Amino acid sequence: MKPTDVPEISGALRAGVRRAEPMVWLSAGAVTLALMLLVGLLFLLASRGFSHFWPQPLILLDNVESKAQLGILLDREPVPYAQDYRLLLHLGGEDFFDSPLVWVEEATLRARSTPQAALAIERRDQGPLFAFAEGVDYGEARLELSDWNVADQVAAIRKVRGTAGRVYLRLASGRPVTLPASDLIEVSSPNAMSGMARIRHAFSALGRFVREAPRRGNVQGGVFPAIVGTVLLVLLMTAIVAPLGVLAAVYLQEYAQRGPLTRMVRIGVNNLAGVPSIVYGVFGLGFFVYGLGGSLDQLFFSDSLPAPTLGAPGLLWAALTMALLTLPVVIVSTEEGLARVPRNLREGSLALGATRAEALFRVVLPAASQAVLTGLILAVARATGEVAPLILVGVAKYAPGLPVSSEFPFLHLDQQFMHLGFYIYDLGFQSPSIETAEGLVFATALLLVLIVLLLNLAAVMLRSRLRNAFGTQELR
Amino acid sequence: MKTHSIDVHALKRAPARAGDDDVCLRVEELSLHYLRSQNVALENVSLEIPRRRVTAFIGPSGCGKSSLLRCFNRMNDLIEGSVISGRVSLEGEDIYDRGVDVAALRRRVGMVFQSPNPFPKSIYENVAFGLRIQGVNKKRVLDEEIEKALRNAALWDEVKDRLDGSALTLSGGQQQRLVIARAIAVQPEVLLLDEPASALDPISTLRIEELIYELKTRYTIVIVTHNMQQAARVSDMTAFMNLGRLVEYGETDTLFTNPREPQTEDYITGRYG
Repeated sequence: MKPTDVPEISGALRAGVRRAEPMVWLSAGAVTLALMLLVGLLFLLASRGFSHFWPQPLILLDNVESKAQLGILLDREPVPYAQDYRLLLHLGGEDFFDSPLVWVEEATLRARSTPQAALAIERRDQGPLFAFAEGVDYGEARLELSDWNVADQVAAIRKVRGTAGRVYLRLASGRPVTLPASDLIEVSSPNAMSGMARIRHAFSALGRFVREAPRRGNVQGGVFPAIVGTVLLVLLMTAIVAPLGVLAAVYLQEYAQRGPLTRMVRIGVNNLAGVPSIVYGVFGLGFFVYGLGGSLDQLFFSDSLPAPTLGAPGLLWAALTMALLTLPVVIVSTEEGLARVPRNLREGSLALGATRAEALFRVVLPAASQAVLTGLILAVARATGEVAPLILVGVAKYAPGLPVSSEFPFLHLDQQFMHLGFYIYDLGFQSPSIETAEGLVFATALLLVLIVLLLNLAAVMLRSRLRNAFGTQELR
Repeated sequence: MKTHSIDVHALKRAPARAGDDDVCLRVEELSLHYLRSQNVALENVSLEIPRRRVTAFIGPSGCGKSSLLRCFNRMNDLIEGSVISGRVSLEGEDIYDRGVDVAALRRRVGMVFQSPNPFPKSIYENVAFGLRIQGVNKKRVLDEEIEKALRNAALWDEVKDRLDGSALTLSGGQQQRLVIARAIAVQPEVLLLDEPASALDPISTLRIEELIYELKTRYTIVIVTHNMQQAARVSDMTAFMNLGRLVEYGETDTLFTNPREPQTEDYITGRYG
């Protein structure tokens, strides 16, 4: 265009439009929005998750209708069609109350307090118990605790753990309760705790959450088996998908004849990435579990049929299904990496007397290694968060043993395993009382996000190490 | 640019036309065309390239000089749909014969490309590449050969302290000398240089030219260049090509001072086109 052809532009706005300023603003706005949503999500997960471990104050309600009630305040909402509010109280101790959750209308309240002596007790086989200490028995005689101060009470009760003794408690209603020491896991006095003690308590609860196995149909205890299962699944999947994806991409990009068939294969691979994950689950169940596993059973374990050995959902089949699910991502990214390797690098290595395979594996593939890793990062992120296919091919609500052990063959690929994603689903939608499990759901979700972050961070660090090893990676 | 230390008079004392024993590469009625395009890349080219001398190919862009060069190590094989006829023989053996191991041929005929193409590896591994694919993996042998190659490529003093550093951190001129070192580390008989200095600044160009002058005592060198001064400075023989044909081939001095063909004269005096 000659200068005279430029349309006459007046005003700063149109000048700005010509410099594409609105475009820049829109792009920056999109980035900001995405970041804010992400930060918001993380903040929600972190605050709700961490508050699950934070010692909640115990509230004692004196009610005109029933006896006194001690519990954690979960919610306060207006009563429908009435000028009143009602409180949702978590009483704990399902074995003593008809329902551990009660609504109390504020109008019926006579008094409301947070007694210093109230204790929160975590039990092995039942839900939490909120009560007052009466006495303790180390196996010889009952020691009265009622007129001790609360810190000493807590210390005395803690000492009984692991002995053959008992703890005597009194519920808010006045009902006495005897608790065998073997059932006691932790005792605390949330109302009397100092700030530091609360923090210490929260972190110790967090530590047990990460280290321990779940109890009582997953609503209590930790998620350690689920962490192990998730990480193991992702590692196995990576070990399967990396060679498979890279080799497939190498074939498509380097060896396959350019033509309609190759083009169709490539389109097919790209479209595989859009297949709903549950379909992969169904395929995995049909092909891997029943087809492959069933045939192997008939070949090698026919003695134990009809009980399946390999023909049942398990870690190996889940890893294979996940590898299939993430294969398109790795293939596409590797192919793009290979296509970006400049021609003169290939020619340079061929001109030195390298065969095509030598040039490929010694020069071209290393030069494309960053793209391969990018593909793997995406694959790991997708696989870690995926739950639907796992339900069909290997995940269990509760798996008693870890898939790794010190017993031969150390890695039990045929076992079912626990998974954080499924744990969230199970706890959030299948547990008897979502109100009490909510905190656990958020905490588990946060943990899952952190694991994805950690796995990705490891891959990113590996990638930047490769970048350093290969210099500035200024490929022409 | 100041002229450098090539002793032009020494070249003139060399025999005017290479005898039969001195022929390294013999090209007979070589034609090349690509199926995708209508043009013939090379048409009926015949010439003999003398051993341990520098032969330059000059000519306008697209005249086929690079294509001819790439016939000598069968780089054209990589281009789909290239059809070749005629004969190219290296030391009497037809390199397009059926049983020829192309990888082995390329070890005998090294090549350096227009833009420096070091591998994204360390300087050491770049030079070691050709040796490693031949199965040389002993550290002591590699160290020795790499030092020798880098010294011969006049790069040793600049990189000896950072052999493990990335080759991509070197300057363009250093990269091109590294690529030459990489090529001569496998001890080829022929070194093909495809416009090795066209992407470099004058100082680096000068160093490459000096290097070519030193290397020709050991290798047969064929260089493609756009730069006629460069051809005149570094080569013993010059071939002028145009439109896929070899127009004139002879001793550099003769070709530049007393060309037989009017086309050649037009080109070297800048009246071309």
